[in-house]
Amino acid sequence: MFDKQKIEEIAKERERWEQSTLPNWIKQCPERQKEFKNHSGITIKGLYTPEDIKDMDYMRDLGFPGEYPFTRGLHATMYRGRLWTMRMFAGYGTAEDTNKRFKYLLSEGETGLSTAFDYPTIMGYDSDHPMARGEVGVCGVAVSSLQDMEVLFDGIPLDKVTTSMTINGPASVLLAMYIAVGDKQGVPREKLGGTTQNDNLKEFFAQKLCIFPPKPSLKLSVDVIEYCARHLPKWNPISISGYHIREAGATAVQELAFTLCDAIAYVEEALKRGLKVDEFAPRLSFFFASHNDFFEEIAKFRAARRLWARIMKERFHAKNPRSMWMRMHVQTSGCTLTAQQPLNNIVRTTIQALAAVLGGTQSLHTNSFDEALCLPTEESVRVALRTQQIIAYESGVANTVDPLAGSYYVEALTNEMEEKAMEYIQKVDDMGGAIAAIEKGFFQREIADSAYRYQKEIEEKKRIIVGVNEYIVEDEETPIKLLRVDPSVEKKQIERLQKLRRERDNRKVKEVLEKLHYAAEEDENLMPTIIEAVKAYATLGEIMDVLRKVYGEYKELIII
Amino acid sequence: MQSESGRKIRVLIAKPGLDSHDRGAKVVARALRDAGMEVIYTGLRQTPEQIVETALQEDVDVIGLSILSGAHMALFPRIMELLKEKGLTDVLVFAGGIIPEEDIPELKKIGIREVFGPGTPTEKIVKYVLENVGKKNVREE
Repeated sequence: MFDKQKIEEIAKERERWEQSTLPNWIKQCPERQKEFKNHSGITIKGLYTPEDIKDMDYMRDLGFPGEYPFTRGLHATMYRGRLWTMRMFAGYGTAEDTNKRFKYLLSEGETGLSTAFDYPTIMGYDSDHPMARGEVGVCGVAVSSLQDMEVLFDGIPLDKVTTSMTINGPASVLLAMYIAVGDKQGVPREKLGGTTQNDNLKEFFAQKLCIFPPKPSLKLSVDVIEYCARHLPKWNPISISGYHIREAGATAVQELAFTLCDAIAYVEEALKRGLKVDEFAPRLSFFFASHNDFFEEIAKFRAARRLWARIMKERFHAKNPRSMWMRMHVQTSGCTLTAQQPLNNIVRTTIQALAAVLGGTQSLHTNSFDEALCLPTEESVRVALRTQQIIAYESGVANTVDPLAGSYYVEALTNEMEEKAMEYIQKVDDMGGAIAAIEKGFFQREIADSAYRYQKEIEEKKRIIVGVNEYIVEDEETPIKLLRVDPSVEKKQIERLQKLRRERDNRKVKEVLEKLHYAAEEDENLMPTIIEAVKAYATLGEIMDVLRKVYGEYKELIII
Repeated sequence: MQSESGRKIRVLIAKPGLDSHDRGAKVVARALRDAGMEVIYTGLRQTPEQIVETALQEDVDVIGLSILSGAHMALFPRIMELLKEKGLTDVLVFAGGIIPEEDIPELKKIGIREVFGPGTPTEKIVKYVLENVGKKNVREE
């Protein structure tokens, strides 16, 4: 990108500057730290110049938005044409409670739905299972059957709104329920739009919602990918996630690398089933965190796009440009938010959201300031949504594409992150891929080490967290109202569930569950049978129990 | 780091219920181990019965309960009840995770000696265990 001679001139001047201007200044004003490192451990220089990106080639490494390698953005006009989707993760209590919250968020201007399920639902237990005691509706919405799903989306037209569902092990069941609701609303299946997270691999080392062992878990994820490739053209069957990897303690480079390792495993598995890469790759989607180090995050998002495009083109020989698109949803980082002085979290979330926008995300969730204390109240979630709206409409950053391109720092960092992520990907390839790495405990150990190191840095005050290890307010009182889920939710859910079991056609349920058992033993794609089962009002727990019988349950590999 | 009897302090770090957030529990476990204690980590999704059984089998001096799901008011009382049944009343029990301040007095009443919220330095927890292990809960007397 630069003339060789000009670079030499700049290098000469930079050396002069380093020998005179710089040390003279440092004598008067020493630097605050001996070294400045970002979260990934990359040393940040005091100054970046054209020298740091002298080997870059604009067309090869950046290109134009909407064209390979997509570093500058997936679409030619990005936010000038269409803003990112403002998609706020929401859910608590009963389906009625969450339906109300969905409608509230839509009325306040969010442009896509995102569903948080409670722990029993996430783990494939009905609300009246012994393991569900005390947990029903507490962390998300309780959904045990199609009946709950119908209430959840009551009055919400599924042909006008897209819905993301954070569900992994039971993803096929919740997707089946969503399809059934769409059918009832008369929406053609080809029009149903949304996402199922359905990324079972990361559960083993990050989000930890593992139900079955790795191989059947991968099979279930790919069932959904295959089914959607054939029948639900507007549905994103999977959201290959780095968010949870990051929240578990990984660095930005690890988040990027391990996510792509998982993605590679999914693509390979789908190809093994006989699908052609361009048949399913355009609907693969991704999910990342946006953490505190502003420029590191922006570089990460840009590196992610370029890396994925290169992997899809060179490793998997995709021909359709859409197969090379890394479409991403971003959530601002929950683990960076503090219980101390919670209003400060609004500032953190703003910085993180801005990084996601400058990084070119397709979709964004911003955390509420009470993140470390409880689920979001109406007031706190509104502020979080307004944060996105203010960035979109008042800050001007959405009015040109990839504004930070060409920054010596941002481009150098983007290159370095891509390089470091590739080192990890190669390492995991050499191990035999993501499943092998999981079974060896490789990801788990890397993440545990990073998490421990981060905590030590905080305790040694090498890393300042405002309000926590510096600028503390003693005997702080919690000035904000907390959201508490009514304990009667559990009772209500159990009664509703027991009524359903009495009133449905139990013979039909028994039949379809037997059919499911057989299909699972025969290693068929389970989606069609699961759709049949949910329509007969078989419950989530009953369906998952069949699968537990066939696949067994995962026993955690404990690594501290 | 030894208790008065001269043996290493034995700590059980447990994850009751369905909550799957284990970053904090693992960091605390490692910090206690680095401080010289014998630490057993239960892994995820433990029932109160499983936790108490493990505490008994491992002959622990301390139990740390980690929970971020909001289910603490349903699970902790059951754990404390079972500990009493099994005669494990001398065990020092502390908790951490996402536990609203307004719930803490009730938890202390049932025998949870201390609650360490988000942002607590691991040093503080280590110090607390060293200073309080083997000491009777004043409230019981």
